[in-house]
Amino acid sequence: MTNAHDWLNEHGDYLYRFALVRLRDPHQAEDVVQETFIAAIKNAQSSKKSGFAEQSSPRTWLTGILKHKIIDVMRKSVREVAASDLMSDEDANMDEFFDEKGHWAEKPMAWDIPENALEQKQFLGVLQTCMDKLPKKLATLFMLRDVQETDNEEICKELNITTTNAWVMLYRARMGIRKCLEINWLTN
Amino acid sequence: MLTCKQASQIISQSLDRNLSWQERLTLRLHLFICKYCKRFSQQLFTLRVALKRMNENVENDSNIVLVPEAKIRLAKLIETNVN
Repeated sequence: MTNAHDWLNEHGDYLYRFALVRLRDPHQAEDVVQETFIAAIKNAQSSKKSGFAEQSSPRTWLTGILKHKIIDVMRKSVREVAASDLMSDEDANMDEFFDEKGHWAEKPMAWDIPENALEQKQFLGVLQTCMDKLPKKLATLFMLRDVQETDNEEICKELNITTTNAWVMLYRARMGIRKCLEINWLTN
Repeated sequence: MLTCKQASQIISQSLDRNLSWQERLTLRLHLFICKYCKRFSQQLFTLRVALKRMNENVENDSNIVLVPEAKIRLAKLIETNVN
């Protein structure tokens, strides 16, 4: 089985980046890549025994395993949040964003999305910072939904939260990132 | 009539579920008269697109690699697991 070493050489860095983007933590990213290789080796050995055909593209196959490992980590990080904490999220207290009549406290500004590469890079840099500022569980959910494009129902099942809960948390996440962008990118 | 607070919640949820026709109607009415919520709505889409681009950039950035120690650790791990 020299295969496994080829996997590491050819796909190791890619898998690491794939995990890093989603988990936003180098150590966790490394760990899931490690788990992926272990699972892949076991999988390949048992399919060899049972005579299954080799996978078509190793990268696609490995990425598929990695995705599951990433969701496992995300699930744990969301579960660590106390149930009471989740409950308070049910009613979105958005007082900082709206006045008592429900009007925008600070009106959304007109965004001028950068066209040139340099400015775009700066914009993405600020976006990265804003993602890092988000509470972990919100960032996780947001990642799953808007980046990984996981189905909403699947998210709720995976993370063991209600759909209402998910909508409220996603709303908070989007409001938070949007505001952070306006403060740090548009007004500098 | 929807307030901006309510409208913004429905706009966010429109990314996660299908709105009822009543919701779509009241939202459309609100967006017709409220440029700030209209901006908000566009910004959420922009945010999605930008996030995807940001991640693609990282995924394709060959400068971001496993540190050498991690690679050695992984190689050893593979060694012990293949047998």
